[in-house]
Amino acid sequence: MNFKKITYSLLSLVLIGSIIVFAADHIDAPAVTDTKADITDFYAFQGSSTSNLVFVANVQGLLSPSATANAEFSENTMIQFNIDNTGDNVEDLVIQVIFADGKAYAYGPVAPSEKGLTSGVEFNANLGAEVEITPYGQSAIVGTNNGIKLFAGPRDDPFFMDFAQYGEIIAGNATSFNDPGSDTFAGTNVLSVVVEVPKTTLGNAETINTWVQSKNRVN
Amino acid sequence: MKLSKLFTLLLVAGLVFTGCSNDDDGPSTPIDEDARFTTADQMGRPAVNTVFISSSSKNSFNTTLPSNQSAAFRTEMETNLSGLSPAYANESDANALGQNRDAFIDLLATDVLNVSLTGKTTFFDGTNVLTGRALADDVISTELLLIFGGEDGTENPGLSDDNVDANDKMFLATFPYLAAPF
Repeated sequence: MNFKKITYSLLSLVLIGSIIVFAADHIDAPAVTDTKADITDFYAFQGSSTSNLVFVANVQGLLSPSATANAEFSENTMIQFNIDNTGDNVEDLVIQVIFADGKAYAYGPVAPSEKGLTSGVEFNANLGAEVEITPYGQSAIVGTNNGIKLFAGPRDDPFFMDFAQYGEIIAGNATSFNDPGSDTFAGTNVLSVVVEVPKTTLGNAETINTWVQSKNRVN
Repeated sequence: MKLSKLFTLLLVAGLVFTGCSNDDDGPSTPIDEDARFTTADQMGRPAVNTVFISSSSKNSFNTTLPSNQSAAFRTEMETNLSGLSPAYANESDANALGQNRDAFIDLLATDVLNVSLTGKTTFFDGTNVLTGRALADDVISTELLLIFGGEDGTENPGLSDDNVDANDKMFLATFPYLAAPF
């Protein structure tokens, strides 16, 4: 297969327009692009204490510094971290984060009373934390409760990629990446939710399967 | 005396009961306790929807539960991978993980992140594979390598690495780990 053909195939896979899409999950689908529910990235890793696991969800990507001060979480959008600890890719535990009056509230990890695409909020979860949303330009505010830590607020977008050169390749203006490349996401911010929990709250499995959802209010 | 005492007790009990009745809803919730939410966006591994799902299916991929994704999108993802990369052109072709096209798509078609609770958590660090996703992991280069690089990672060298290997800011050693915004 020659390069032209590859390029054509690539073209057929992306939205053709002013923005060419190939990022972690930034602007991934028309229904969420430019909404407060647009997830840009999801991370899950061992904390600074190896007894803990950290979940990160980023939303509303490509924020310039000047746009960041006015960016805010929506009270009508919930972030839900899903945890499958039985290997069937169905959530056995969830951590839900909602936003109200300048604060973020995390519920869980808790076995959800309702699984699937639509759910209520697990207000009665035994575990959870709350924290004031960190305003732009201020030091990170951390909420801690029973070993669970919570942060919500603007952060540097941790994602990195030569998105611009990929666009040039797609457009047929280049045949390869540059070396060194240039990080298109340099200097841009996201809104982040970071939750750290003791691994003991996630069950006994050696490996979990996890995914994040943004859920919009329907009533 | 006894009667009035009894009356007082009843009155107090009544008040307390009224108080309890008001508390039946539990402590006030930050938003309406009956609020319901439905999925808008969804993500497990990086770049699955953006790369492997056709434009017309991107919304529905986001609102299909991971346990149902493979049945709904596997064929489309396989077709798109074949169209995207010449590295899987032959039946015997595989990626650097030793996966042929079918095995690679089997992995990706259920979009969840596999995370170890007992060891190192990384998308790929040269040794450990798909045991989590840490902030510094070069996930795009890993995926480009698996898409374009062939069995030993040497095929299509100009496309198998974007040559951006790290973030523009240092991550923090402690919570919340992500760097302060610009």
